[in-house]
Amino acid sequence: MNDAHWLPIIFVGLTGLAVVVYAILDGYDLGVGILLPMDSPAEPHRDTMIASIGPFWDANETWLVLAIGLILIAFPAAHSVILTNLYLPVAVMLIGLIMRGVAFDFRAKAAIDHKLAWDRCFKFGSLLTTFSQGYMLGMYVMGFQTHWMSQLFAILSAFGVTAAYSYIGGAWLIMKTEGALQEKAVRWTRNSGRATFAGVIAVSVVNPLVNPGVFNRWFDFPLVMFVLLIPALCFFAFIFNDILLARLPKAKDRHCWLPFVMVIGIFVLCFSALAFSFFPDIVPGQMTIWEAASAPKSLMFILWGAIVVIPVILMYTALSYKIFHGKATELHYH
Amino acid sequence: MLDTLMLSRMQFAANISFHILFPTITIALCWFVFFFKLRFDQTDNPVWMRAYRFWVKVLALTFAIGVVSGITMSFQFGTNWPGFMETVGNVAGPLLGYEVLTAFFLEATFLGIMLFGMHRVPSKVHTFSALMVAVGTTLSAFWILALNSWMQTPSGYTMIDGVVHVVSWWDVIFNPSFPYRLAHMLVASGLTAAFFVAGISAYRILKGDTKKAPRLALKAGLVIAAILAPTQALLGDFHGLNTLQHQPQKVAAMEAVWHTEKSAPLLLFAIPDEENKTNHFEIGIPGLASLILTHDIDGEIKGLTEFGDNHPPVKPVFYGFRIMVGMGMLMWCVAWFGCYQVRGQREASPFALKLISWMTFSGWVATLAGWYVTETGRQPWLVTDVLLTADAVTSTPASHVGLSLAMYLIVYAFLLWAYIHTLRLMARKSVTVEEFETQSPTGDSTLSPTTISGNSRPVNQGANL
Repeated sequence: MNDAHWLPIIFVGLTGLAVVVYAILDGYDLGVGILLPMDSPAEPHRDTMIASIGPFWDANETWLVLAIGLILIAFPAAHSVILTNLYLPVAVMLIGLIMRGVAFDFRAKAAIDHKLAWDRCFKFGSLLTTFSQGYMLGMYVMGFQTHWMSQLFAILSAFGVTAAYSYIGGAWLIMKTEGALQEKAVRWTRNSGRATFAGVIAVSVVNPLVNPGVFNRWFDFPLVMFVLLIPALCFFAFIFNDILLARLPKAKDRHCWLPFVMVIGIFVLCFSALAFSFFPDIVPGQMTIWEAASAPKSLMFILWGAIVVIPVILMYTALSYKIFHGKATELHYH
Repeated sequence: MLDTLMLSRMQFAANISFHILFPTITIALCWFVFFFKLRFDQTDNPVWMRAYRFWVKVLALTFAIGVVSGITMSFQFGTNWPGFMETVGNVAGPLLGYEVLTAFFLEATFLGIMLFGMHRVPSKVHTFSALMVAVGTTLSAFWILALNSWMQTPSGYTMIDGVVHVVSWWDVIFNPSFPYRLAHMLVASGLTAAFFVAGISAYRILKGDTKKAPRLALKAGLVIAAILAPTQALLGDFHGLNTLQHQPQKVAAMEAVWHTEKSAPLLLFAIPDEENKTNHFEIGIPGLASLILTHDIDGEIKGLTEFGDNHPPVKPVFYGFRIMVGMGMLMWCVAWFGCYQVRGQREASPFALKLISWMTFSGWVATLAGWYVTETGRQPWLVTDVLLTADAVTSTPASHVGLSLAMYLIVYAFLLWAYIHTLRLMARKSVTVEEFETQSPTGDSTLSPTTISGNSRPVNQGANL
């Protein structure tokens, strides 16, 4: 085993970690944006919802920069192929990210009569971002083919990701809010959970059918007995969560954190399944991690830094969540 | 003429120009805000807290636009300049990676604590968070300027099969132009933020604000600008000497020197003529360019004709340089005049206040002009002597690039308007309303109410101000 062999494996692992952490963290704050109720009596609810993600959204988006940065650092050839193929959806996503990021701050500072407009901007930006991310995921899985079947699949994936982010966003709100808003959040979470469930099943059926490599990977006896644990666990997590949500909120707000944890579990499982489908390809069907990797010396240089710095990042991230633990109604700006 | 290359260059210029406006303010504004908070901790004087409260809001807004426009930058390399990462990815990747790991997470996380956590952590922890945000932004500048300087004056590498491989990371990071560029940019940020703070404070006073906080901020901004303006002139001179040594063609374009000459004049004005390789309507001070650049009145400056086609377009570099230096000089004068006006406990005259408020965004003009000089001055190279800009561009159809460029331009124009409009609104609001709490947990305070889960409290305004 030499450096050129194992370094790309470590880096694809780190990239995967960054992607899944991004999907969870920015997933919940994009989800909160998507769920924003726009009728005027709901304004206090909007304030609380946005306050619940206030201290976190900036750091959450940084995981996207880290993920794209890791691909850029470790697999520059793949970075070029992926981003050149996804040119327009990336541009749309960036516009969405810009809109929601600035709306977040402008809404608090603009004249009162502009606040609603910025809230719309926040919701629309969140939707645009989520939808283009889902579309890109679909295109990536289809190996960037452009015929109508893959376009259709990508659009299906866009709806799936939108449902999934609403799911985790709703679960976040159950944990961070109380009263009428929490009851609303329980309903949102339940509905979007069912939509996510449908989406995951659709993708799981279509993906192995259109990608023969994926089919062989999954249905390879005897491995199949073991790997089918992933969809099985995922299935039970969905069902369990649905039953749990029917009973929330409970007295003394017991288990208000549990749906969020369950959804994190579902995200991790779905991501593992995707990773298992394509490893060691970094661009499905086109390029392996070894073909795309940078020079070992460069990877070594950044790896040492990552080993030192990432635990520190995790520590102060945990500190931040500890400081802002509790219901979002308690959050003041500045 | 608008092919993919030209459109991609325009898009990169649009993105980076829009982006740099905000970090240029925040890199130094973070230190201002930290300073206000620290002074409050030390003195318990509520005026410092009021200054903090106003400026931290401005910081939050500016920071947010900087963050989201920065995300755009991290995608540009892949979408429009795939050749860049394929050729120099071994250098650029780790430097960008260290920026994300050591700076982005730090500033983003502690910004959250700083903006929302004032009543949740002890005051000292809060002040520490403000410090971490400032450290984060400065570290970010460190890494990105290391990469930019390496593109200008690459060192510590070797070429294997057309791809850059690193020989020494120390030489890559501390390449010849890096210390000068970093210092020049950090001071530029300091000057920009100083005028920004002074300008908006002057605007508040002009609009009838009688409170102490804007006067305090005005003075702080002016004093810092008065110190930094001459410092910047000195640093700029060092940077120029360094550029003459490593990128003589850039200096030749800055001074529009077509033919190698001794005792070159400092051109105050001219219209460079690229075709005939000469200048029209020259107004210059004899020998001064040689004196400034070589510290010898008879010093020789290499002319553009010696570099064949391997030199940047002259006009943008020549004019950009004059705009930067001119604006710098103006800032120097205004800063000293302003300091003289507010000496002791004196109130600045309405004329001075107007002048200072007109100069609120003067740092933007100088900074942008400076970056146009140095980036255009590197052309036709993307990485000097390693990679031509034209060789790095994407194969994406021009129509796609045109479409994305149009979208960005519309969004940026709107955001710039909204930003300035909102700043004005915030300044005006602060004139009439004492909207800010002046109390915060003081030094020795315990954790203010944080253990809150369970007990229900009235829903309040959340993210409202």
